[in-house]
Amino acid sequence: MSSQSYIHRPNRPLQVYAAIFLIVLYVPVLFLPLFSFNDSIYVKFPLKGFTTQWYVELFHREPVWAALMNSVKVGVTTSLIATGLGVFAAKAITRYRIPGRGPLVGFIMLPLVVPGIIFGVALLVLLSQMGIPLSLYTVTIGHVIVCLPFAIATMIPRFEGFDPSVEEASADLGENAWWTFWRVTFPIVFPGILASLLLTFTVSFDEFIMAFFLSGSDPTLPMYIWGQLRFPKEFPSILAMASIILLASFILVFIGQWINRDAQSKTLANEEE
Amino acid sequence: MSGESATSTNPGLSNSGSTKPLETGRLSRLLQRSEAARGFSLLSPTLLIMFIGVAVPFGILIVMSFWTQLGFNFDTSLTLANYESFGERAIYGALLKRSLWMSSAATIATVLLCYPMAYFVAFHIHRNKMIWIVLITLPFWTSYLLRVFAWKVVLGYEGVINSALMHLGLIKAPLEFLLYSQSAVVITLAHAWAAFAILPMYVSLEKIDKSLLEAATDLGDGPVRRFFRITLPLSLPGVISASLLIFIPTTGDYITPALLGGPDGAMIGNLIQKQFGAINNWPMGATLSIILMLSIATIALVFMFATNFVRKRIS
Amino acid sequence: MTQNDAYISIRNVNKFFGTFQAINDVSIDIHQGEFFSLLGSSGCGKTTLLRMLAGFEMPTSGEIFIDGQPMSMVPPHQRPVNMVFQNYAIFPHLNVRDNIAYGLRKQKLPRVKRDAMVDEMLELIKLPEYGDRKATQLSGGQRQRIALARALILRPKVLLLDEPLGALDKQLREQMQLELRALQKTVGITFVFVTHDQEEALTLSDRIAVMARGRDLQVDTPTRLYESPVNRDVANFIGTMNFFDGKVTGIADGTAGVDVNGLGHVSTTNFGPKLRPGDDVCIAIRPEKLNLTESEPQVAGNKTQGQMDKAAYLGERSHYYVRLNDVSQPVAISAQNRQRAEGTPEEKRPVWISWEDNAFVILENR
Repeated sequence: MSSQSYIHRPNRPLQVYAAIFLIVLYVPVLFLPLFSFNDSIYVKFPLKGFTTQWYVELFHREPVWAALMNSVKVGVTTSLIATGLGVFAAKAITRYRIPGRGPLVGFIMLPLVVPGIIFGVALLVLLSQMGIPLSLYTVTIGHVIVCLPFAIATMIPRFEGFDPSVEEASADLGENAWWTFWRVTFPIVFPGILASLLLTFTVSFDEFIMAFFLSGSDPTLPMYIWGQLRFPKEFPSILAMASIILLASFILVFIGQWINRDAQSKTLANEEE
Repeated sequence: MSGESATSTNPGLSNSGSTKPLETGRLSRLLQRSEAARGFSLLSPTLLIMFIGVAVPFGILIVMSFWTQLGFNFDTSLTLANYESFGERAIYGALLKRSLWMSSAATIATVLLCYPMAYFVAFHIHRNKMIWIVLITLPFWTSYLLRVFAWKVVLGYEGVINSALMHLGLIKAPLEFLLYSQSAVVITLAHAWAAFAILPMYVSLEKIDKSLLEAATDLGDGPVRRFFRITLPLSLPGVISASLLIFIPTTGDYITPALLGGPDGAMIGNLIQKQFGAINNWPMGATLSIILMLSIATIALVFMFATNFVRKRIS
Repeated sequence: MTQNDAYISIRNVNKFFGTFQAINDVSIDIHQGEFFSLLGSSGCGKTTLLRMLAGFEMPTSGEIFIDGQPMSMVPPHQRPVNMVFQNYAIFPHLNVRDNIAYGLRKQKLPRVKRDAMVDEMLELIKLPEYGDRKATQLSGGQRQRIALARALILRPKVLLLDEPLGALDKQLREQMQLELRALQKTVGITFVFVTHDQEEALTLSDRIAVMARGRDLQVDTPTRLYESPVNRDVANFIGTMNFFDGKVTGIADGTAGVDVNGLGHVSTTNFGPKLRPGDDVCIAIRPEKLNLTESEPQVAGNKTQGQMDKAAYLGERSHYYVRLNDVSQPVAISAQNRQRAEGTPEEKRPVWISWEDNAFVILENR
C-alpha cells in the first residue's frame, strides 16, 4: 500500500480547514470550564479574575449531591443491564444466521435515530396507562432502551474481530455453551464489555430527555441543572457542575475507547483485506 | 448396499461400549437442529425489552392520539378530533413546517461542513486514524444539554461573542440576532450533531479503493475532476446516511429551541413537550408526535427514492 | 458383507442451506484406523461433510453413526471426535500449554499429571521449549502443530482435519505431510482429512472419497482411483486423461474388446461389472501410458498414426499433443526426459502413438 503516492500529496487548505474545524468543535464547550473559574456571575468578556468559589460552593449543596447520587445509581444499573443484554445480542447478531436479521437490528438501533422526545413521550404514556408511578426506576428503564444500541454497537466489532472457529474449537474439545462462553468468549470480548460499561454509564449519566419525561421526585443531575437554568445567578454554579461532568465524561469515554481500540483497528484491517 | 441397512436401523444392538447419556429433550432437539433457534434465544431478552420499550409504547401512543383529554383522565372513545384540530389550526402546521425547514438547514449545513473533515481524515491521515475519529466524536458522548448550554453562553446577549467583540471595540451594541433566533438553533444543531455526520461519511470514503483514483489519474483526470467523477459518487452512500442520521433526530429536538430558540425559533418538539406538561393535553401531544413521525418518515423515504433515482442515472 | 463394521457410517445424508443443496445423498463408510481423505474442489461439500461429523452442522436428512451410535442428537462437545481447524483456531488469550491442555479440564486431573501430558505432547510435536509462549507469537506451522497436539491429547477415536496444510508453503507442507502420515500410523487413530490437493490426498490416504457438487463420485484406494476412475469427473480431477468414444465388440476371459474412433481396436481388462457387448462407452487412457515415436513401431496392433500438434518442455518431462483422425481433441502424451531431449517433431509431421495391452480403462459412467 503506497501511502506516499501521488494521491496523498498534502493539501494545505484542507489541513487549515481541519484545524479550524477541530477548534470550532471544541471551543464552545471549553468556554464552560473557562468561565467556571471566572470571578463574576456574568458569563461574558472581559474575564474578571480567577476563583474556585463556584466549585467549593457546590460541595456544600445538598441537592447537588443527591442529584449526583441519583445519576450514579441510574447510570450503574443501566450500564450493567444494557451491557449484559448487549453481549448476548451482539453474539446473536454476528454469529447466527437469523431470518430477518437486518430489520431486527434496525429495530434495535431505532433509539439512536428517532427523536428522543418520541420515545420519552411514548414511554410516559405506556407507564401512565399501566399505572406505574414515575421514579428513578422508570428513568432506568428509559435509559436501558436508549443505551442498548450503544452497548450492542460497541460490542459487535469485538465479536466480528475474533474468529468464530475458536468457539467451535472449544466445543469440539468438550466444553458446552456455558463453559465455552466463560473460558473463551468472555475473555476475548472483555475489552468490549468494559468499554460498553463505561460508554453506557456515560450516556445514561448525561442523558436528559428520558429523564425529563420519566423521572418522579428524585432528579438526576441533568434534570437538576435544567431546573437551575431558570435562575441566572446560578449560572456560574451550573458552569462548575457542567465542567466537572464534561471532564468526567471525557475521561470515561476516552478510557473506554482506548481499552477497545484494537477491536476497531481489527475491523479496519479486515476491511483492508 | 441392502445388506448394510439391516444393521443400521438398530444401532443400539451393535457392540458399542460407550454409555454417554444423550440429550433428548424437545427444546434441546430444536436448539440442536436449528441455528436460527439458537440465535433467537440469545437475542430474545433484548428483543423483549425493545418490544416492550418501543413497539408497545408506540402502539399506545397511536391509540391515544384518538382519545380526548378530560381533566386528569381520558375519554377513550375513538375520535379524529385531534387530527382535525391539527388541520384546522394553522399554527400546528406552521410549526411543523418550520421544524422541518430548520432541521433541513441544519442537515445541509452539517453535511457540507463535515464532508471536508471526513475527507481529510480518510485521505490525508496515514497513521493513528482512530485517534482522529475518537477526537472528533468525543464531544458527542458528553451531555447534549451541556453542549447546547455552551452555545447559549457563547451566543448570548451578554455572552462570549458579544462581550468579546464589544471589549475589542468592534461593535458598539450587542448583536441581537445571535440568540433566540432560528439561526441560533440551526448553528447549535449543526455543531451538536457533527459527529453523526462525520462517521458515516468517513466510513464511506475510507472504503473507496485507492487504486481507482490512481487509475483515474493515469487516464488523465486532474484532482478536481477526479473528485467529482469518482470520490463524490462513491461516497454518496455515506452522505445519504449522514443526512438521514441528522435530519431524523433533529426534527423532534426540543432542548435546543427551548434554550436558544425564543419564540421565533420554537420547534414542534417544544409544543409536544408542553402538551405533556403545562397544557396537559396528552392525546394532542400523541397526535402531534404521530404526525411528526409520519412527516419524518415521508421525507426520509422521498429523499431515499430521489437519491436512488439520481444514483441510477449517474451509473 | 452383511456386518457393517465401519467405524464411521454416513448414511444417505442430505444437507440444505435454504434452497441450496450442499450435500446430495452421500453414503460413505470409514474404517477404524484408516487415513481417509475427502477430496474435491471448493464448494463440493467436503468441509460441510466434515463439519457434520464434528457436529457443527446437522444433516437435513439421513444419519451419521460413529462407533455404532447415531449422532444427530449429540452436540459437538459430546462427540468422540476432535477437529483440527483450517485456520487452527488457537485461543489467542492463552499460552501454548494452556491451549494444549484446554480439553483436559473436564477430566479434573491432578496438576502434575496434566503437566506431564502436555510435556509429552510438546515432545511429540517437536516444540518442547514453547510451553510458555503466547499463542499469538507463533508461526503458521507451529500453530498447526499446537492445534494437532490440542486435539490428540484427548486421545480421540477420530481426528478430523480441515485442509490443515493449506496455508503452509510447499516445502513445509511436504514435510508436514510425511509427519502427519507417520503420526497417524503411530497413534493408530482414524483420520478424516479434507483437501483440494489431489497429490496430497494420493500421498497420504488409505482411501479417498472424491466429491463434486455435494455428491460422492467415487470412494476407493488411491491406486484404483487413478487407474480405474468411474467417470470423467473423477478421471479429470486426479491427473489428466484422454477420453475417446467407442463401442464394445465383445467380452471374453475378462478382457473386453472395443472399437475406438480414431484408434482402431483396443483390448483391456480394466472395466466395471456392468459392461455388455454392444455398449457405447467412454474409454480413456493416461498420458504417460502412451508412447510417441516418429517411425512406425514394430508391433502388430495397439498403434495408430497421427499428426504432431504442440509440445511443452517441463524439465523432467515433456507433454506432446497429437491430432488423430476422427478425434476432436488433440491426444496428450506425457514422457519423461530420460535422455537429453533431442528435439521435438515439428508441427504437422506424421507421428505414431502406441500403447500396451490393458493400458486403457473403460469408464463406468459416461
